[in-house]
Order: sequence, then C-alpha cells, then structure tokens
Amino acid sequence: MTEEPKSPVPPPPDGESKPAPETSKPPVATPAAAPPKPAVSAQPAGPVPVPWASPLAEKYKGRYGSGLEALSYLRQNYLTVNRSLIPGILQLLRDEDHFDYCVDITAVHYPKREKQFDVLWILYSFSRNERVRVKTQIADGESLPSAVPVWATANWLEREVYDMFGIKFDGHPDLKRILLPDGWKGHPLRKDYGILQQDQEWVQINLGIESGQ
Amino acid sequence: MNAEIKNDPENALSNLDLETPERPHLDSNELIINMGPQHPATHGVLRVILRLDGERVLGTECVIGYLHRGVEKIGENRTYTMFNPYVDRMDYVAAVSNGLGYCQAVEKLMNVEAPPRANYIRVILTELNRLASHQLWLGTHALDIGAMTPLFYTFRDREEILKIFEKYCGARLTTHAFRIGGCLYETYAGFEKEIKNYLKYLAPHIDEYEELLTGNRIWLERTKKVGVISGADCIALGVTGPVLRASGVKWDVRKAQPYANYADFDFEIPTGENGDTFDRYLVRMAEMRQSLRIIDQAVNGIPEGPIMARVPKVIKPPVGEIYHSIESPKGELGYFIVSDGSTQPYRLRVRPPSFVNLQALDRMVRGMMVADVVAVIGTIDIVLGEVDR
Repeated sequence: MTEEPKSPVPPPPDGESKPAPETSKPPVATPAAAPPKPAVSAQPAGPVPVPWASPLAEKYKGRYGSGLEALSYLRQNYLTVNRSLIPGILQLLRDEDHFDYCVDITAVHYPKREKQFDVLWILYSFSRNERVRVKTQIADGESLPSAVPVWATANWLEREVYDMFGIKFDGHPDLKRILLPDGWKGHPLRKDYGILQQDQEWVQINLGIESGQ
Repeated sequence: MNAEIKNDPENALSNLDLETPERPHLDSNELIINMGPQHPATHGVLRVILRLDGERVLGTECVIGYLHRGVEKIGENRTYTMFNPYVDRMDYVAAVSNGLGYCQAVEKLMNVEAPPRANYIRVILTELNRLASHQLWLGTHALDIGAMTPLFYTFRDREEILKIFEKYCGARLTTHAFRIGGCLYETYAGFEKEIKNYLKYLAPHIDEYEELLTGNRIWLERTKKVGVISGADCIALGVTGPVLRASGVKWDVRKAQPYANYADFDFEIPTGENGDTFDRYLVRMAEMRQSLRIIDQAVNGIPEGPIMARVPKVIKPPVGEIYHSIESPKGELGYFIVSDGSTQPYRLRVRPPSFVNLQALDRMVRGMMVADVVAVIGTIDIVLGEVDR
C-alpha cells in the first residue's frame, strides 16, 4: 500500500496546469486529509471544433475562400459564413448539394458582442443523409434576406425568429409576430429581456387586468 | 310568356341565369369565417381564419400562440436538470418522446452515453408512448369526422399504457421518465410480463380499429382525396413524420440517423402513396403495428446492467453546441442547445414537429370544403402545447 501513493481525488483535467504537481514521494502523515480541494469543479476541457474535411467543405471553401469556415464539433458539421454570402450559399446548398429540407432556422443572442446575433439554418439532405448547419453573425438592427424562396418552410420559422429576436428578413411575404400578440413590445429571447418581464401596457389594455404576474 | 321573358334580358325577372364566365357561380361573395380558438375540432387553442367561397376554402391563416409559455426562455433560466420536466409539457400526449430527445441532446453535448439497459427501457417506453399518441390521435380524429366508436376503443386501450407509465414512474401523462444519463427508475417487478401481455392484448385491437374504419364507406368518403399533399411539397414545407411518409417519402429519423438503440431492432417504415387523409390514417395504423414489433424485440432482450451512466451531480456540459433530433409520434423533434459551460443552457431551441407541420394546413385545405378543414387539422396530428411552446 505504501508504494504508489494513489490519491483518492479524480485525476486532474488534462491540459489544465495544476498548481500542485504530482508528488513522487509517499505522503508521510494524514494522507486522507491532505488534498485541499478535490479537483475544483472538474470541468472537462471538452472537445474543440476541428476543421471539417470533406469534398463539400472543400468545394465551398474553394468558391468562397476566406468568407467561410467549415468546422466540425462532436461530429456535427457547420459552416460559419459571412453575412454577405447568405442568400447565395443557401440556394447553392439546396440546388447543387441537395440540402432540400430546412430543418430549422433559429438565432442566438450574444449581447456583449459587436455583432450581437448568430443566425443558424439547420439543413438536412435526404439523398446524402447528412445534416449541416449554416451560421452567420449579424449586428442588432441588421436584416437578412429571407429564405422563403429557397424553402417554403422558412416562412413560419423566420416569423418566429423575428418574433423572439426582432431580426428582420427582407423579402419575407408576411413578416409579423407569430407566437406573441401583434401589438406586443419587445422580443423575449433576447438576453436583455427578463424572464418575468412583460408588456404591461398590452396586458392592461387587452386583458383588462393590472398585471399578468 | 315565360319563354318570352327569358329571351329578353332587359326584362329578366330573376338573376338565376347570370352565370357568365366572369362570375361562374351564383352569389359568390367571399366570406371570412373564424374557427376557434375555442373549438373542439381544433384540438386545443388553434384559431384558423378561413376565407370561403360558399363551402369552398380559398385560403386559411392560422393564428397561434394562445398556449405560449416561453419554454425556450424558461430553458435558459433553469439548470439542465431542472428543465427536464418542462419538456413533457410541450407535446403532452407524447411526453416520453420529448424527454428522450432532451436527455439525449444533453448527453450528446456532454459526450456520455446511456447504458444499454437504459436504452432498452427508453425504447420500450417511447414506443408505448407512440402507441398512446396514435391511439389518442385516432380516437379524436375519428370523432371529428363523426365516427364516435373508435374513441371509446382507443381510450380503453390507451388507459393500459398510461397504467404502465404510472407504475413505472408515478405519472400518467407528464411522465418525466428519463434523466440525463439514463433512467432514474429501475423496472418494477412484472414489467416485462405486463408489457408482453399488453402486446398480446393490443394486436387484435388494432385490427378492431381497422375493422371499424378502413372499409367504412363514410370514412372513405370523408378521408380519400382529402387534404392531398405531394412528397415534394412536404419536403419544401419541412413536414415530417407520418404526414411525410403518407406522401410516399420513406424517411424516419429512427432509420436514417438511429438514436438510442433503434439500430438493433428490425422494423419497417410504412409509407403511403396518395398523401391524402386516408393514407395518413393507414400509415399511422401500420406504424402502431411496427411499434408493437419493436417493443416485442426490446422487451425480450433487456440486458442486465446499470441504468444510469456516470454523470456528475451538477451537469455542466463543455462549451459548445449540439443539434439532436428524434422521431416523435408527430415527426422530427429536434433540440438545439448552446452551452457556455455553465449549469444552464445558454440557448435552448426546440424544433417542434407540430409547429412546422401545421404550416402545411393551408396547402392541404385549399379548394376543399369547410368540413374537410376539420378532417385535415385532425390528420396533421398537432398538439398545441408543442406548436406554441
């Protein structure tokens, strides 16, 4: 038992520099109480996105060059593209590479960033049995071209993104709120919209009650 | 005398013969009619504004959001574990499927995998839930069209499934059956036997449902060539699930991108040809039989072992994002989760099949009769809790 001082704490996360280096000499006294903190919140470093190597990624890299990055995370592939590529690359993905099913369109809000929004198109191809995400960044107030001419399903999905984030889609046939009432103020999935926040004025006028809380 | 007047358009007494190429019908004023949100045939609080020419539908607009609870916002403000029961409240007739999709998405993000035994339990319960969901759909859909009997039959049989859920996890509807990393509950004593008995019990009863409807003249009249949608339209509109398969597209997430351990089981993807309400009915009936097959294989092969993977008490997935989808009874149910490394999701997006499928309503009812709108809403199989979230 004395050789190989096996510490009871889980091994340190690899890649992290641990303040206390591995002791080679056997502990002399009170081995149990020795470790001060058993691996403070053993946060695994986690996988990092790796370049996505495939003919498809090569093709788009060749065509668009630096405006596009093809990455892969947890075996899921995505293309990070400049906003200016947006109508074209979606059309190409559908027409040339058979991504004929637009699974979802959504957005993520990063208020501290200069370009506050990530907008994502999750695409699927029946013939390739493959998914890809197209991701772009836009600033607050900036609009995007609508994908309705490419996939009819984009209609309601874009309306939801508009409703929840206030991102406008140019050329959308009927861009209005979908889940919230028409006169509502604010876009709830923005990070600056509190979870208890509501449009008091709308509630008072339309529901005839002081507050919905 | 009459003949004389008829020949003289200046002195025509009635306007019955005013059918001209410009105005082909008699009085053809368009009518805007509101249906719902409080209407039994809309299966919840769906409001449909119909533009009608007599009995014929010229166009529709869905007004949704009456049941909006901000599930995605709640997700950002709860820990991964705390959010788990909320997903049951979206598609509340298929709560187990919702939970499976969510748990697997988080597991994928954390790079853990549920142990085999947990996967078997998950598949059994999810398929039972698919049966329950289809039974509820069949009963209410048939009731909307005017066939009352199937409702009693399907609810009688669905009850037995809910009893199994209740015995397994204590809840009948919003089950919260799974946890991130596996299952919390071990199977109860007699679990396998009860499920095997249920399979034996249900198989002839599915035939019974079919006897009531498949050859029924009224059912055929009300469902054949009603709400037709082509496979290409389905794909363009993002429609998935039985609606897509009834239009002839053989695609099911369980086969295309298997999750849990669906790859181990032998089953088929039933498809239709015409994409009408009748084919969607047949596809769902066939799917119920396939579910029985899957459950039968699963219940006979549950391995021994742990039911929970090694998951930390506090769930903190690494920074990253993931999209994971499963085949819920309604179609492709997806979760897109962005993690910032904390205990709460930075963004949690649900891709609800009902919401996307409902968008096809307009395409399906144009040119149909008002009464067909009811049939088509039923055949899409929406759950408003999931449409509005």
